[in-house]
Amino acid sequence: MIPELGQFALILALVMALVLSIFPMIGSLNNTPGWVALARPAAWGQFCFIAIAFGCLVSAFLTNDFSVLYVAQNGNTLLPDVYKVSAVWGAHEGSLLLWVFILSGWTVAVSLLARHLPAVVLARVLSVMGLVCIGFLSFLLFTSNPFARVFPVPLEGGDLNPLLQDPGLAIHPPMLYMGYVGMSVAFSFAIAALIGGRLDAAWARWSRPWTTVAWVFLTIGITLGSWWAYNELGWGGWWFWDPVENASFMPWLAATALIHSLAVTEKRGAFKRWTVLLALLAFSLSLLGTFLVRSGVLTSVHSFAADPARGLFILIFLCLVIGGSLSLYAVRAPSVSSGGRFDMFSRETLLLGNNMLLVIITAFVLLGTLAPLIYDALGWGKISVGFPWFNRMFVIFTPLLVVLMGLGPLTRWKHQDPADLARQLRVALLVSLGGGILTALPLLHEGSIWAGLAVMLSLWIVGSLLLSLRQRLRYRKGLAGLWQDLGAKGSGSYYGMVVAHFGVAVFIIGVTFVMQYEVEKDIRLSPGESTELAGYTLRFDGVQAHQGPNYRADRGTVHLLKNDREIALLHPEKRIYTVQTKPMTESGIDVGFTRDIYVSLGEGLGNGDWSMRLYYKPFIRWIWLGGLLIAIGGLLAASDRRYRIAVRDRVPASAVLGNDGLIANRGS
Amino acid sequence: MTPKRRKRIILIVIMIAGVAIAAGFALKAFNENLMFFYTPSAVVAGEAPVGHSIRVGGLVTNGSVQRQEDGLTVTFDITDNADTITVQYTGILPDLFREGQGIVARGRLQDGNLFIADEVLAKHDENYMPPEVADALKSAHKNGVEGAATGATKP
Repeated sequence: MIPELGQFALILALVMALVLSIFPMIGSLNNTPGWVALARPAAWGQFCFIAIAFGCLVSAFLTNDFSVLYVAQNGNTLLPDVYKVSAVWGAHEGSLLLWVFILSGWTVAVSLLARHLPAVVLARVLSVMGLVCIGFLSFLLFTSNPFARVFPVPLEGGDLNPLLQDPGLAIHPPMLYMGYVGMSVAFSFAIAALIGGRLDAAWARWSRPWTTVAWVFLTIGITLGSWWAYNELGWGGWWFWDPVENASFMPWLAATALIHSLAVTEKRGAFKRWTVLLALLAFSLSLLGTFLVRSGVLTSVHSFAADPARGLFILIFLCLVIGGSLSLYAVRAPSVSSGGRFDMFSRETLLLGNNMLLVIITAFVLLGTLAPLIYDALGWGKISVGFPWFNRMFVIFTPLLVVLMGLGPLTRWKHQDPADLARQLRVALLVSLGGGILTALPLLHEGSIWAGLAVMLSLWIVGSLLLSLRQRLRYRKGLAGLWQDLGAKGSGSYYGMVVAHFGVAVFIIGVTFVMQYEVEKDIRLSPGESTELAGYTLRFDGVQAHQGPNYRADRGTVHLLKNDREIALLHPEKRIYTVQTKPMTESGIDVGFTRDIYVSLGEGLGNGDWSMRLYYKPFIRWIWLGGLLIAIGGLLAASDRRYRIAVRDRVPASAVLGNDGLIANRGS
Repeated sequence: MTPKRRKRIILIVIMIAGVAIAAGFALKAFNENLMFFYTPSAVVAGEAPVGHSIRVGGLVTNGSVQRQEDGLTVTFDITDNADTITVQYTGILPDLFREGQGIVARGRLQDGNLFIADEVLAKHDENYMPPEVADALKSAHKNGVEGAATGATKP
């Protein structure tokens, strides 16, 4: 009964989405206030029905209703309740349901929080989101129904993939989806602006906080995914340049370019066409990501057996969205004025450089991700692009980005005297060069040119951020004014930038140091035997059997000693999940701020001997700390008071319903 | 040409030059890092280059997994049901590695068709077959059937 309710709710949601995407849009074009007013209730209706459907699926999992095929495949009576809930998005059908649930959630959030928007603009934004929702709802209903029944009803479910039975992975997909789907808000704002022909500073200010929040979710999602891979996959890696990882990374890169470009559009009225294009790009890449993950066209650690019909559906949808939005862009963009002028050396130019670099990196990641598909399609052979290539790309482009990142915040809009800037940055430059050279030379530690470069870049970021802070606080009573300044209008954006850029500095140190100084050791150990690893001693005390709720495990005991003093006891495990009889490696990690010691069990080799993989991972935590700081910076920026206060004051009379012409630019 | 205009053109030229140089480097590196995939049949037929970083894939032959004295070096055979090659790997095998399973190995081919693997990949999902391996099995099967058919028509 409950699954049927879910099914009906989904169908009703589709009807609501149809209403939402047709009537408010037409109403906004031919001035029918009644139809425009339909947008908000329709968005609410759509959300309610999808929420009901989602609730139905959750309840089917919690009550072990194995008559539902999807539950029978992914649920199990022995599964802890937390994982019963997360099993909802553990496979294809349910994760799509989560996708539309989040999409409808964003739609409602826009309808609630963007109330100060002119009714016409809001109606169009919601309408475009409704269109996207139609696409995904029909995908769900026609190719991947989560409520399909199975007969005869199995007595026990197939259990959730053990890899997914981890708190990190329980929240990783929702976070990532929040980011992916959140890009649809920026997309809808852009489309609505193109339809209305009004691409201006107000549009940029409206879409900025939404874009930033979606980007924050994407950042958190990617960071969590990386952390999970490190913890769960048992080979100590944190990023593999796997197609599916790239699929989440490309929208992130495009969105990073977008939030920087939106800043220029809001503050200076420039880059308007470019910004719109980036908004379209970011969402298209999100859809492409979905296509890559769901169609199974690429070899990936994330690939699961896939149905080609689904891939085709998403591909067609992808073409419609990209083709449609680019056509609209082609028609509308030429009428947009070019906006604020700026000199060759100005903050605008630097941000343009930032955008160029980020788009180039995105293009290269796209090339590396799609190249195997292209080669295969053209019959040039089956290839894969090695991760050294991706790494090299980043070694080339990251320093350029970081140089701009240091200059940007200190450079004025419109015009900047280069000599003046050089004088300000003298100290930062000296400190970063000095620090870099000291690290590169083998004085305190084993030297490394790459580590030196990383320290140089990080100090450059930190130094220029400190300078920028000093300048800002000089007119605000110094440090005492900092607290006062934090609450002021426009401060959120500024401090958000500071924290996020600082996060990049931390991230660079983490990545480089772990790659340069990591020690890996594959070894065979007998019980009682010890081995040395980067100054630490690891003593293996054998493996005991251990029984978990839905798995049994071989549980190793490893003592970690430094200078003959025990500092940690590690328990790496080799689990066999009883239902799927799937082996899983649970690594034993001693976590530290400046280093991790990572132990994972290989195989039993007889006589109590085990093969083991040991890692010394210096500064690996800094990678995720950097990601976290970047996300916090984004949150600070999105919480800026001016998004909440200023909008109402600045909405021009002409933007109110009924007078909505093709006015191009008010920015400058 | 006004000075402003000239400045702008210089800026654009610098940007295009920068992008072109970067793209050139990237594409060069890209070509160097392409790893081609070969089936065991292709390796046996001598199509795969010796000493280059390549990938091979197939099903692990039953009963072929042998562990050497040190406990870390493993040799096993992979097959596309037409031909078989031997892979040698030192280190910890992935959890889902087992006989009969489709795997992909990255490494270098030595003389005598011994493949020294740097990395062995088996996938999350035990029902999942790497597409390369699935294709390799399909094409080997097709060739086999066609070979049998042409063989049959010959007198």
